[in-house]
Order: sequence, then structure tokens, then C-alpha cells
Amino acid sequence: MTVPVIPIEHVLALAAALFVMGLTGVLVRRNVIFLLMSLEIMMNACGLAFIAAGAKWGQPDGQIMFMLILALAAAEVAVALGLVLQLERRFDSLDIDTAGELSG
Amino acid sequence: MALALFYIAAAVALASTVLVITRRNAAHALIYLVVSLLSIAVIFFLLGAPFAAALEIVIYAGAIVVLFLFVVMMLNLGRRSAERERLWLQPGMWVGPSILVGVLFLMMLHVIVVGAPGTTEGTMVGPKEVGTALFGQYLLAVELAAMLLLAALIGAYHLGRRYLGDRREESSRENRP
Repeated sequence: MTVPVIPIEHVLALAAALFVMGLTGVLVRRNVIFLLMSLEIMMNACGLAFIAAGAKWGQPDGQIMFMLILALAAAEVAVALGLVLQLERRFDSLDIDTAGELSG
Repeated sequence: MALALFYIAAAVALASTVLVITRRNAAHALIYLVVSLLSIAVIFFLLGAPFAAALEIVIYAGAIVVLFLFVVMMLNLGRRSAERERLWLQPGMWVGPSILVGVLFLMMLHVIVVGAPGTTEGTMVGPKEVGTALFGQYLLAVELAAMLLLAALIGAYHLGRRYLGDRREESSRENRP
């Protein structure tokens, strides 16, 4: 089956834009939930770049890397949300800066 | 035509992602995150990766976002939660996500009615090729992913169990006079 050809530069530009948005979110937000969402956006952008490259060469490897990223994202979210619950319990806040005790 | 679909989906993805990182309210941001993931799934379809698009919807929009939503709701359990939920679910906040999802829906209707766009050639990588490569050449990666998921399962259970245990203790203490 044939699919339309989309210029890979544009897809990669979209992936880069989404990644930068996620990075901006990580840098400017201090709520842990939003930090995790921004991380998801970043990983998703990476997946988009992999899919674009896989589509460019017509190989399944891009989709396989995307699946591994998906597994990583699922594992990360499960553990990180457990940590969010602990943060809420110990500091009674979702602000990541309240947990900055290690910095002295 | 397909290029137009790609640019529309890309615009929806960018707009909804900006809205995700600028929302104050976590539940609203999650709704926009779902829209963003759906539009990226559309782009996966257009790129000839239908299996990845299905996984994007099922796992990201289906499982991970629901996990987020679950924790967001859980954290508000003890505090004036009814009032908060009323504030969350104002009818006005549904307008933005509805418009963005409506654009995606119109794209889907267009493809169903007019037919799949396919003027120039590219190759589609279907689930069969992906499965063959995944369980052939990348078998070790699959095993490693399984180990990672097992570790995450144990870690999440450990972290979450202590939280729930403490909460139960607190509530039983409160109940005692």
C-alpha cells in the first residue's frame, strides 16, 4: 500500500518544536504533575522523530524504537507517580522545590 | 491533500501542547494532552505507521493519561474535593479541547468520505513487518523492556503501598474518638 510522502524535514521540525515545548515546561513549571506531563511530551516528540525516520527508509526499526520509548514512558510514569504520592504525603505540597532539602 | 492533513494535525498538536504547559489546572492540562496525543497519532497514520498510531492512542492516551488523572483525583481526595471538582468541570473549559478534537474529527470524516489520500508514493510499514522485526532481531530489547516494566511494577507497588498504608492508619486514628 502506498502512503503520501510528507517531507521529513517538516516532521522533524515538528518533533523538535514539541520537544522544546516539553523542555520549556520542565524548566518553567514547578508542579510535579506538570513536570511529568512535560516529560511525556518530550518522549513523544522523540518517538515522532523515530517514526519519521523509519517511514523515510521504509523500515520497521523506527516503530520498534517507538515501542521501546512507550515501555520506558509507562515505567517512568508508574514510578514517578508513586514518588508524587510520597511527595504529597511528606511535604503536603506538589511543588518540586519543597523537596529541595538535599541542596542544603 | 495529505500534506494539508499533516499540517492541520501538526498545528493542532502544537496548539494543544502549548495549552498543556500553560494550564494552571492539572485536569485541564490532561485533557489538552489527550488532544495532543491524538493529533500525533494522526501524523503517525499519515507517515505510514498504523501500528504505532494505534499504540499511541491505546497506551499513551488510554493508559498513561488515565494513570495521571487517577493520581490527580486521588491527591485531592481529602480536601474540599467536591468544591474543587465543581470548579474543574465548568462547561466553558470544554470549548477549547472540543474545537481541537473537532478539527481532527473533520479530518477523519474527510478521509472516510473522500477516500484515503495517496497521490505520491511512499511505503507503509505494517504491523506484520514490525512484529517480525520485534521478535526476531530485537528480541533482546523486548526482554530488557520486560525487565524494566517488572522493576517499575515493583517500584510503583512499593512506593504506593506505603502511601496507602499511612493514609489508612491516619483515617482509622481519626475515626477513633
